[in-house]
Amino acid sequence: MAGPVLEMRSIVKTFPGVKALSDVTLTVRQGEVHALCGENGAGKSTLMKVLSGVHPHGSYEGEILFEGEVCRFRDIRASEQHGIVIIHQELALVPFLSIAENIFLGNEHARRGLINWNETLRHATELLRRVGLDEHPETRVADIGVGKQQLVEIAKALSKQVKLLILDEPTAALNDEDSGKLLDLILELKKQGITSIIISHKLGEIRRVADSVTILRDGRSIETLDVKAPETTEERIIAGMVGRDLDHRFPERTPHEASLDAAPALEIRNWTVHHPIDQQRKVVDDVSLQVRRGEIVGIAGLMGAGRTELAMSVFGRTYGRYAGGTVLKDGTEIRTKTVAEAVGHGIAYVTEDRKHYGLNLIDTIGRNISLTALGKVARRGVVDEHEERQVAEGFRTSMNIKAPTVFEPVGKLSGGNQQKVVLSKWIFAGPDVLILDEPTRGIDVGAKYEIYTVIDQLAAQGKAVVFISSELPELLGMCDRIYTMAAGRLTGEVPRAEATQEVLMRHMTKDKEVSR
Amino acid sequence: MSTDVTAKSPAPAPPGPAGAGLLGLMLAGLRRNMRQYGMLIALGLIVVLFAIWTDGDLLLPRNVSNLVLQNSYILILAIGMMLVIIAGHIDLSVGSLTAFVGSFAAVLTVQHGVAWPIALVLCLLVGAVAGSLQGFLIAYLGIPSFIVTLAGMLLFRGLTEILLKGQTLGPFPNGLQKMGNGFLPEVGPNTNYHNLTLLLGLVLIAAVVWQEVRDRRRQQEFALEVLPGRLFLLKLVALVAAILVLTMLLASYKGAPIVLIILGVLVVGYGYVMRNAIFGRHIYAIGGNLPAAKLSGVKDKKVTFYVFLNMGVLAALAGLVVAARLNAASPKAGVNFELEAIASSFIGGASMSGGVGTVLGAIIGGLVLGVLNNGMNLLSVGTDWQQVIKGLALLAAVGFDVWNKRKSGS
Repeated sequence: MAGPVLEMRSIVKTFPGVKALSDVTLTVRQGEVHALCGENGAGKSTLMKVLSGVHPHGSYEGEILFEGEVCRFRDIRASEQHGIVIIHQELALVPFLSIAENIFLGNEHARRGLINWNETLRHATELLRRVGLDEHPETRVADIGVGKQQLVEIAKALSKQVKLLILDEPTAALNDEDSGKLLDLILELKKQGITSIIISHKLGEIRRVADSVTILRDGRSIETLDVKAPETTEERIIAGMVGRDLDHRFPERTPHEASLDAAPALEIRNWTVHHPIDQQRKVVDDVSLQVRRGEIVGIAGLMGAGRTELAMSVFGRTYGRYAGGTVLKDGTEIRTKTVAEAVGHGIAYVTEDRKHYGLNLIDTIGRNISLTALGKVARRGVVDEHEERQVAEGFRTSMNIKAPTVFEPVGKLSGGNQQKVVLSKWIFAGPDVLILDEPTRGIDVGAKYEIYTVIDQLAAQGKAVVFISSELPELLGMCDRIYTMAAGRLTGEVPRAEATQEVLMRHMTKDKEVSR
Repeated sequence: MSTDVTAKSPAPAPPGPAGAGLLGLMLAGLRRNMRQYGMLIALGLIVVLFAIWTDGDLLLPRNVSNLVLQNSYILILAIGMMLVIIAGHIDLSVGSLTAFVGSFAAVLTVQHGVAWPIALVLCLLVGAVAGSLQGFLIAYLGIPSFIVTLAGMLLFRGLTEILLKGQTLGPFPNGLQKMGNGFLPEVGPNTNYHNLTLLLGLVLIAAVVWQEVRDRRRQQEFALEVLPGRLFLLKLVALVAAILVLTMLLASYKGAPIVLIILGVLVVGYGYVMRNAIFGRHIYAIGGNLPAAKLSGVKDKKVTFYVFLNMGVLAALAGLVVAARLNAASPKAGVNFELEAIASSFIGGASMSGGVGTVLGAIIGGLVLGVLNNGMNLLSVGTDWQQVIKGLALLAAVGFDVWNKRKSGS
């Protein structure tokens, strides 16, 4: 076994009021892929920010040894000079610059301030080949998908002669195919001698690429496990993360016996949507589905399958151009041309992107919760602040939103708690049908369980729930029925009893011609 | 107060433990609303400094009265501008629009002899039309507000000159003049003070106390946390004292200016709308996160439209006040008013990216600029240096805000 390339010893980092890291030790061996996992708020990102100089030397206690040498990074540049490059969860690319310009941003091939374009393009082409990205280097970054943008980030890291690559949840925004490619690339880079640290919530992918895994909990390093060892199971890792055995990842659910006589709470017939810009392209193609009261119905699909597009276009035509189809609520056709109409008919859509589409991050918890249904705490257009606050306090307690008061700005909460606020907001609106789009994306295991429990309760109260998710185990654990989509079309409908990951995946990867 | 310091030690609590708690709570509240209180303290500091430098001239009843009259129109504009900025937009046209409305009023009353109440209504209507035109372009056609109102700035300035044929037009009928220069009428027996103003002050005090007490009771009804009794009392006393001092100052000169009454109604009304009305909430929501607001069912276009319509009406009102005060409509009226209103909003806590700010903040911001203006005039500082100092004040206020945010953030 190779010796350690990186040692972080007894790292302590305090923010005003909180101890983010207390006595964290991390040892990474030369040439390995080292996973870092832990619940949100466990201190993973903070630890990596300490390592990469985002939190400069002096703002933390403890020691960092890289290649046997004590390092005191003042800023990111200093750590990059040593070959430590971090790729953040939110990509740091400039959308309207080309791939090549982005790769060499801040690090241009230039002489006396003038850029040498030939050298730039040659080098960019070479780097793109290394990361397996088949795009012209002069393509604008805005014109390529998130998966490819991630590869551009890695190419950028390679251009800096990276020795230790840090990836903060690199596959969070990627579909399975792009995730697979990215993980292969990490393994490929490992062969070339590049050490990686990968922060991830996805245990499957840790098992696939990582050699060892360090678990953080509440700002402490709990343990480091050898991933290849047989006793390191997913359950074992989860137990380390939550500090307790997690026998049940999902609440106990009594599957709903769909009574076929009652009209479905929500029925969508022959729904077709065209792409907002490219109007020839059908993003959602003749989709029909239904969900009954008390039922949780999943929609599975790879990225680009049209699940979010379907949901958003039904919900007030907030995506694309409507090209046909009807929506029925309890058997009668309804208009859902605007969000207000959809909400008025008792439909709620909980977005997959809570930061951009779900919350006003600078406003308080209370005001975010009341926004969709302000009328409920208002009389003649005037909001009763006291009643509003009481409602919000109610949700803070019942949903276990971790914040001192409801006056806390939502932007200061962790992902899981933000998600609870979004859910509270829509539950307060009092819908009959809830469309939940990736409700557990990017949140930790403990919070996930809490969200599952809430969803279960909603169904038990007789609400119809549509559950869109990319995580198959979650759909299998929660849903009574699962629809699958591929390339804008519905490709299957699988009851709970027959659903396995393999069956769903087969439907999700069906070709257009084969289906129907 | 001196006991507060010692009470902080972990030693057994003295019989009156509320002492440390009181100071602690005040500090906590201060920290939470740093921006607002910070500016209020800065305003107080500026007032005290200029009062000292001018040997008390700043706080002479006549000067306080003057200060209100001088700044009223900027404050009216600042209220509307605050709404625009919270919604995530900007309005550069208001200076030109005030001039245009002023000239329209002059043409109506001076040239055509229209009765002033009718002229007043027509002028406000013109403001509403101008505002809704710009609002339509911004909200429904999606043209950026900066560009629409930059065009409006040129357009209304040009129209003003066309209307006035480049000349100054006046004087206005008596009724209209009162809007800019008038005071409440004198009634009742001859005291040394202005009776109606005193009465108004007392009514205001009663209203404020009643409102605060009722609010506190409602909070308790909903089983919510309330300010501890002593702190609540302190707040009441401070409020009452502030109103009392202002009332006495104004009452010992000619009484409350009419425009102050207008302004007071606007501040209370708009403050209430922004805090408690659904419409106000929706303005904060679209400024804070437009896509999220849309997906929450907020009718963002309608809200934006009304925000600009409202700005037009307030600009018209400001235009009438300016014209009335100068007793003439001039093609050069209202130059740079938009910038003063924008500066007031930012000094008062607005954010470039929208979603943040309060009506009271805009007023405090406007008063900071106003007192600086007035104080420097009293000290006969030239307009050149006045501009420099006002520029620095804006930078300092926003700089403090940025620094404060960075300190409290991660």
